[in-house]
Amino acid sequence: MSTVVTAPSPDEPITSPLPKERVTLAQIDKSVRGPAILFISTACAWLLIGTVFALITAFKAHSPTFLGNVEWLTFGRVRAAHLNSVAFGWSNNAAFAVILWLMARLSKVPMMHGGLLYVAGAFWNVGVFVGVIGILAGQSTSVEWLEMPKYVAPLIAIAYVCIAVWGVQVFVHRRQHFVYVSQWYILAAIFWLPWLYMIAQIMILYFPARGVTQSLTNWWFAHNVLGLWLSPIGLAAAYYFIPKVLGKPIHSYYLSVLGFWSLALFYNWAGVHHLIGGPLPVWMVTAGIVGSVMMVIPVIVTAVNHHLTVVGSFKQVWASPTLRFIVFGAMSYTLASLIGSLMAIRDVNEITHFTHFTVGHAHHGVYAFFTMVMFGSIYFMMPRLLKREWPSAALIKIHFWSCSVGITVMVVALSIGGWIQGLEMNNPEITFIETVRNTIPWLQARSVSGVMLTVGHIAFGLNFAWMLVGFFGASEKKGPTLLSQDA
Amino acid sequence: MMKNFYTLFFGIFFALAFSFTGLIVSSEIQIGGLQPTTSTLLDDEGNEILGTAYFKTLEDGETVEVPGLLNVGEPMYPQAPLGLAQRGKQIYIEQGCMYCHSQQVREKGFGADYERGWGERQSVARDYILQERVLLGTMRTGPDLLNVGDRGISQDGGKWHHLHLYSPQMIIEGSTMPPFAYLYEEQPINGASSPDALAIDPTSKYAPEEGYEIVPSFEAEALVAYLLSLKFNYELPESKMVE
Repeated sequence: MSTVVTAPSPDEPITSPLPKERVTLAQIDKSVRGPAILFISTACAWLLIGTVFALITAFKAHSPTFLGNVEWLTFGRVRAAHLNSVAFGWSNNAAFAVILWLMARLSKVPMMHGGLLYVAGAFWNVGVFVGVIGILAGQSTSVEWLEMPKYVAPLIAIAYVCIAVWGVQVFVHRRQHFVYVSQWYILAAIFWLPWLYMIAQIMILYFPARGVTQSLTNWWFAHNVLGLWLSPIGLAAAYYFIPKVLGKPIHSYYLSVLGFWSLALFYNWAGVHHLIGGPLPVWMVTAGIVGSVMMVIPVIVTAVNHHLTVVGSFKQVWASPTLRFIVFGAMSYTLASLIGSLMAIRDVNEITHFTHFTVGHAHHGVYAFFTMVMFGSIYFMMPRLLKREWPSAALIKIHFWSCSVGITVMVVALSIGGWIQGLEMNNPEITFIETVRNTIPWLQARSVSGVMLTVGHIAFGLNFAWMLVGFFGASEKKGPTLLSQDA
Repeated sequence: MMKNFYTLFFGIFFALAFSFTGLIVSSEIQIGGLQPTTSTLLDDEGNEILGTAYFKTLEDGETVEVPGLLNVGEPMYPQAPLGLAQRGKQIYIEQGCMYCHSQQVREKGFGADYERGWGERQSVARDYILQERVLLGTMRTGPDLLNVGDRGISQDGGKWHHLHLYSPQMIIEGSTMPPFAYLYEEQPINGASSPDALAIDPTSKYAPEEGYEIVPSFEAEALVAYLLSLKFNYELPESKMVE
């Protein structure tokens, strides 16, 4: 890989840019403004929609008669509507915004082929909207992470391909010779996800494979949405923003190389751990377990690299809205991934499989890691895109505290509750309904955490809308919006 | 500059190609050709064998594969759900039942699937080959349903299931299953009550108004037919009932 990796060059963009470069970056920011705002706005809208579905789902889990007569909102539909709104609506739109902004900046190329991005944005959001309505109307496929009816797949696939083509075009025409690790992660992700998505659609929905090959394809896809799409993009953002905001280079370029290639090698085998004990040849499951456990390598390597970059600058991290969220996310990535590796071990999986523990773990990864990193990224990007500061530091603080405490409560409650549920389910002396009843306090705690997250999302949404509209003279405010003054 | 791109691209490509081949293509090769079979497979000499049977043809002594067609007259398994049950599976999918109910039985000793009466043997790849949509599931907020049609609750022709679907809390106190009352219709009793009417205790709070009765819609009938069809009471050569 020596052709890709070079020593940090003097004009490397992550340290404080020279005045001339600052002008270039500002021009690039301006050129990507339209599509970036499109993706971020739709992401925020989907976040709020997904949060409403999440609350309904959470309440129903302990109070099943809540909205019990509304077929469109029965648990099995609203749960899928929640997942698709936040996974495809929020996470992907946010990811697209981060991809295009980072790629243009790191490649030092102002916007080119912008039409592709508008096409992608339109197809994507129409696709997800129609798909979520389809789920609620009873056209769900009941294939996890692929619930949207199959007729929306072409829209989604076209959008993915547009994003991928755009990303590769910008990379190929880059004016910055040095390739930063964030660009690798993005390039890999935009290549992997369309492949995964199309194979999964074909082999599960369009021309269904025979028997449990479907299930295998399902989890190969679904886990890789996290592993080969959301994770690389979250890491690309963390690798960019941590050194950028702190004004110092990443600790080790060689660790970032190791982290990237070990993730590429191991993560895509890991999904089979969702089928441990299932009706598949044992060797396949074992391959999945090996991949899951080996993920310890990229996770530790990345954690060490980020930690050694941040160490000594905690005051700056605390003052910066971006880094508060991103460092929280990066720490969650480490913890969630290590727990994930443990969960793939048969003896642990025997307890956690089929329980709420898994649900907690999924939120640990997609929310505590990915979503928090996206929040942090948006806090950095928006002022540069709009040339306008965030109107309210108080709303950012409310957002941070509600979401960081909320997601912690959720993961802890579902982990403890799920673990107890698993132990009890494996003990045939305890009747099944008793195991169900014992989960209720933990599910109620999850609802409380959901309310906290909702408060955070509303604060974020308000600040975002306020900024967008430019009310109350936000554009006249001087200096950056920081969360503490002693940095 | 382009050289860097290609190096990176090939690394990225082969990373995913590796797992695609290793997992998806291998799975298709290993289990994509499985066929229904009888519970036992015997070779030319009458010994039990696993998997595909091989015969020598009389004419030229050439070996041909006969997947699982032996012991003529013995039923072949698995069997595909038919008619109403097939339609019911679609309702199961639309309502999202699989988010709380798995359809897989793990081997005895791994979890308590056997002890809880969810199945007498471990489910294997062949059990699922005739399913157009495989619904293994990943949650057990409710019990596993692979064998629900063979349990005591299914021996009354579906009456229990209808009452339970109409209002799970009426049947099992503390259940967190959502009610599916919207799959049932309330209608005035004209003379004699309908034979399909749900036998709800008239004094219970779940009972309809006097003079009315609750009857299943077509969807509810189909869903229950599907549940009753979920039977896992046969053996396969590679998975025998636990003694």
